[in-house]
Amino acid sequence: MSARPTRRTTYREAIREAIRDALQRDPRVFLMGEDVGHYGGAYAVSKGLLAEFGPERIRDTPLSESTFVGAGIGAALGGARPIVEVMTVNFSLLALDQIVNNAATIRHMSGGQFSVPLVIRMATGAGRQLAAQHAHSLEGWFAHVPGLRIAVPATLEDARGMLWTALENPDPVLIFEHQTLYNMEGELALDAGPVDLDRAAVRRAGRDVTLIAYGAMLFKALAAADSLAAGGVEAEVIDLRTLRPLDTETILTSVRKTRRAVVVDEGWRSGGLSAEIVARIAESAFYDLDAPLARVCAAEVPIPYPKHLEDAAVPQAATIVEAVRALMPEPARR
Amino acid sequence: MTEFRMPLLGADMEAGTLVEWLKKPGDPVARGDIIAVVDTEKGAIEVEVFSEGIIDRFLAEPGQKVPVGTVLAMIRDTAEGVSPSSPAPKREAAPVATAAGPPAPAATTPAPAAHRAARVSPAARKTARELHVDIDRLEGHGPGGSITVADVEQASRAKPAAGAADRGAGMRAAIGAAMARAKREIPHLYVSTTVDLARPLAWLTSENQRRPVSERLLPVVLFVKAVGRAVAEVPGVGGFWTDHGFVPGSGVHVGCAISLRDGGLVAPALHDVDTKTIDVVGRELMDLVKRARAGTLRSSEMSDATITVTNLGELGVESAFAIIYPPQVAIVAFGRVGERPWVVDGRVEPRSVVTVSVSADHRAIDGRLAGSFLAALERALQAPEAL
Repeated sequence: MSARPTRRTTYREAIREAIRDALQRDPRVFLMGEDVGHYGGAYAVSKGLLAEFGPERIRDTPLSESTFVGAGIGAALGGARPIVEVMTVNFSLLALDQIVNNAATIRHMSGGQFSVPLVIRMATGAGRQLAAQHAHSLEGWFAHVPGLRIAVPATLEDARGMLWTALENPDPVLIFEHQTLYNMEGELALDAGPVDLDRAAVRRAGRDVTLIAYGAMLFKALAAADSLAAGGVEAEVIDLRTLRPLDTETILTSVRKTRRAVVVDEGWRSGGLSAEIVARIAESAFYDLDAPLARVCAAEVPIPYPKHLEDAAVPQAATIVEAVRALMPEPARR
Repeated sequence: MTEFRMPLLGADMEAGTLVEWLKKPGDPVARGDIIAVVDTEKGAIEVEVFSEGIIDRFLAEPGQKVPVGTVLAMIRDTAEGVSPSSPAPKREAAPVATAAGPPAPAATTPAPAAHRAARVSPAARKTARELHVDIDRLEGHGPGGSITVADVEQASRAKPAAGAADRGAGMRAAIGAAMARAKREIPHLYVSTTVDLARPLAWLTSENQRRPVSERLLPVVLFVKAVGRAVAEVPGVGGFWTDHGFVPGSGVHVGCAISLRDGGLVAPALHDVDTKTIDVVGRELMDLVKRARAGTLRSSEMSDATITVTNLGELGVESAFAIIYPPQVAIVAFGRVGERPWVVDGRVEPRSVVTVSVSADHRAIDGRLAGSFLAALERALQAPEAL
């Protein structure tokens, strides 16, 4: 990375760059969603694209998720490569029937005759005081459904690189962009391009505990790892990147090394993705564990509006540190 | 082709160190031949072979420490030709440690409080097995006082250099582990009775008067032989408790608890006590004691006792209630032979008596069966001439 020339950019710009790149590469690609054209997108991701590519390829839609996601499925079946933007995952519930009953099943129901090469992008997560109807993390629900692939870019590279790979996938891919990441700044290689959608990534190596996170939680886990390191505990941090299929191997390899794991998930604990990960570790690495498995998840409440309550409801670096400390041997032993 | 494996020489053994081969490839062996010497916490044991044939090849070298069950050698049937490309055994000898000596469970800290329900992490359990650390002796420093890999590794590092000096510590730990397991898992029931020894001792005195000094019998020989006879009569007390319940022993092999001079305890078996004459039993018992103290017991003696006898009478102990040596289901304990006032035909007389107890595994043995056994034992003692 260091050898390649980079430029300063943001997560938002990296996604915009990915959309622009896709529009240029493939004439079948178009973007549609609420306010993606004239307004430039609820999160300003598509700002400027209407002027550049015209209303045929940057299409504003009515406020009806079921309609425009359904239209995206139809367009994909008809040979297009649509990128459908749904403003937040909370709103995607209006399109749940289209996503779960149609997009995810048509390959199966048609005996393989049809596929739905559709990409749906949506914002997820809390942290911007958008309250309970705009701030939930429901990507774990979609990760439950066979027929869908769930991608969660956390880094600039993944924000830039996952879209094209998703468009090349013959089946529907849902990309979840955390609301708090859009303004994240960093260096991105000038020649950054497509990345895989299969593997989790070890973002920090460590020997004492594995922190498993994705999306914005990756950075809370990394911050927790920094403060744990000050106390002599070396945490390994895994960025899941893809929630379906889960890269179980990367998780197990790490946990077998560190013997302890904490799953950090902004989704709720009960019946959540964190439960699935913990179960897989228990199923396959039980005898390698040196401490109980642990989770740091959202409090079991609708995400609150007031800042202090919103912060208290979702995992923070300090709560992750606390969870890790509870798993470690007494300080005297270290 | 038969596999010759590291034998299980007692419930507390997990691995053994091959000390030397007493045969070489190409040598013919017969059932019962001593083929190797293996070092365990209980000392060097001569290991017998249970098949007939010709030694094809060795899969372990002297000095290697391997888990119980590891194939040590391949023995070819006499009929088979030499087969250089004979199929590999299922398990090659996998060294568990470079053998510098017998494994000595860590014993740097005094045994922890007795009634601690230890939480042990799965990884710590696995590591303890690999490093031969006795997890029951560790103190946990993990979350909630659990024992973690760090605790096990610390204990392993603290192990003293292996050598003859810590054989005693190793044996202590092995006895401790077996007895702790027995007390933890076996619901013991105890029955005891006091037996009038007038008849048997009178018989013994007259027997010994006509014997040369070297062939005289000790009361303990009567006890061991009588136990063998009683087990033959009540076979439900002689055998093993397994995952499938009680399995009777394939013979009456009486383990004899023998204390060693440098501390420690072994309970090797006298084989087929029920069918051997009292002279043979006496001779073999003396030999067993001698070899136990010299550290040259045989593998079969270490593993196949079907019941155990312990005799604490020499020390003046009046009565004892022993802990069963798993997987056996009963142990018989004799106290001191001494004179006591005894009621005979309505009159009090001084009589030599002994108190004998049976500790029985209630999963296999009910009080009634234990009582029947005790009654059979008393009958056998009262008819010494039939022993």
